Amino acid sequence: MTAAELLLSLFPAGHSGREEGSLLLGSGASPEGEVAVLGTAQGLEVGAEEALALAAFVLDVVRRHPARPLLALLDSRGQRMSLRDEILGLNGYLAHLATALELARQRGHRLLSLVYGEASSGSALALGFMGDEVHAVEGARLWVMNLPAMARVTKIPLERLAEVSRTSPVLAPGLDNYVRLGAVESVWQPPLAAALSQALRREAGPDRRSERGEERGGRLLARRVAEAVRGGRGGGG
Amino acid sequence: MERLSFDLACPGAPAPRAPPVVVGVVASGNLEVLVEPGAAPGTCRVEVATSARGFREIWSAVLDDFAGRHALSGLAVSVNDAGATPAVVSLRLDQAVEEYLGGAR
Amino acid sequence: MSDRGIRARHSYREATARRRLAGLLDEGSFRELLGPEHRVTSPHLAALDLPAAFDDGVVVGAGLLLGEPVLAASQEGSFMGGGVGEVHGAKLVGLLERAVRERPRGVLLLLDTGGVRLQEANAGLVAVSEVMRAVLAARAARVPVVALVGGGFGCFGGMGIAARLCDAVAMSEEGRLGITGPDVLETTKGVEELDASDRALVWRTYGGKHRYLLGEADRLLEDDLEAFRTAAAELLRVSARPLDLEELEREHRQLGRRLAEFGGAADASEVWRAAGVERPEALPLLEAPEFLRAVAGARRGGR
Repeated sequence: MTAAELLLSLFPAGHSGREEGSLLLGSGASPEGEVAVLGTAQGLEVGAEEALALAAFVLDVVRRHPARPLLALLDSRGQRMSLRDEILGLNGYLAHLATALELARQRGHRLLSLVYGEASSGSALALGFMGDEVHAVEGARLWVMNLPAMARVTKIPLERLAEVSRTSPVLAPGLDNYVRLGAVESVWQPPLAAALSQALRREAGPDRRSERGEERGGRLLARRVAEAVRGGRGGGG
Repeated sequence: MERLSFDLACPGAPAPRAPPVVVGVVASGNLEVLVEPGAAPGTCRVEVATSARGFREIWSAVLDDFAGRHALSGLAVSVNDAGATPAVVSLRLDQAVEEYLGGAR
Repeated sequence: MSDRGIRARHSYREATARRRLAGLLDEGSFRELLGPEHRVTSPHLAALDLPAAFDDGVVVGAGLLLGEPVLAASQEGSFMGGGVGEVHGAKLVGLLERAVRERPRGVLLLLDTGGVRLQEANAGLVAVSEVMRAVLAARAARVPVVALVGGGFGCFGGMGIAARLCDAVAMSEEGRLGITGPDVLETTKGVEELDASDRALVWRTYGGKHRYLLGEADRLLEDDLEAFRTAAAELLRVSARPLDLEELEREHRQLGRRLAEFGGAADASEVWRAAGVERPEALPLLEAPEFLRAVAGARRGGR
């Protein structure tokens, strides 16, 4: 699905987006009101300029459109990998984007993320996974590393990785794995506009991903370990 | 990984109860050793998880020497080993027990 | 004659995660949470028949810093490269959530990590994301979080982002901070992009001195436990970075200026020259106090 098709499907009532160098910035009309839209297309690798442009958009929404929901659409292979971006401190630019999104959340803006293409590393962390809820459409590709590369880097035999991946969602790329781990809340089925409306009508809550991971059997320890360290309410004291 | 268990005979006064202590790190050529109360009097229970297979005899010898150097009765020792030499193993075991006993004073 | 030589120095970089906490916090004050005796090890490492650590490579707990209560986490870089897996990440999340409950003077994150623990891949990625959310929740609750970077494994990957979500970052010259670390950059883009064996280049790019000059790090310290202790206490005392529109717009302008001024640089030394450093080639050779004097006028950022 292209960005254009996606926007049409999400906002049948109309949207005004612009795609500049694989950045998506704009808004769409939904029954719940105008929704600010930001994101990436064509697997864009997010560098300092792009992170800054996305952050600028978020800050503009916070300044001029109180409580307007923000929908992040993600098709990105991760951060731009270059010496030049590392010299500039790309980690700081991505942190700035994530902080801007958090500011929006704290100011009452609903944050939703929808992965429609690829999602990995820096842009997943700074943008895609920052939503109150993170959803995906069928065909979305979430990954850390493909298994053959992982075998080379970790020196663990590929057969071993593949065998473990038959029952564990932890290693191999794949949308189903991310759903099972709680990283993705749900896979939206068409009509996407209806799924968006339902999501917009839900209130934002705390980060529930470790709860989901436990419910779905993908991560059996994260929630309870955090609770034990957090203490209170019968926890670790 | 290979998992080994040893029950060391420890005559002599029981070791004091003290908070658990861990020394060392699980890095290549290194190991971590956790010492805490938890074995029946007169014995010291040692559990070893090691990435270097086939060295049971050497572990046994090192641990017997270790038991001869300290009063370990009633202690439980747990090890995560990533291929340390016997000398490094002995060092960490001694460090762990000494720190444990230091915490009992 | 300087009196600095009289006090023995203890290298932060050489210390284990536990030793760093002992050196940073008031003597005897540290109480570990979910310590190694609980044996909460990684099931994913076990599934791959890899060695476990009883604390899964991160020590978390409560202590005192100059008499004031703090929560602290210290990553053991030499275990799995300090990589964040399910349990490791959850300990960090729990600590930050505890901070929002207890409201200590602040949280200290002693980071020594390559980022996501590759052996836990997807679980590691979502764990880092949860850590990021937890740091930001602490910021929103106005509990200061300070990142300390000075270990041998640096602070890379998603944790390089997390570090910059904190109120402040203190680095030693030995510390390195970035997102795509030198080995990954070379493996992915080739040795022409970056030769990871060129230590001078690696430290010019990711090292504490450059990060300090750029404004990515707030303090440049000597490789000394006492220096980190002093800096941590000081950074918790200065006003935290407010999570408000005015502050974010200010930082936005700063980042825009950085791009405009230095976006064309092919090497960090060009950044230093463009920033007004008289003898950029000398910077890597200077000890911390001389370095700070040399860059005083050129340094960007400044908290």
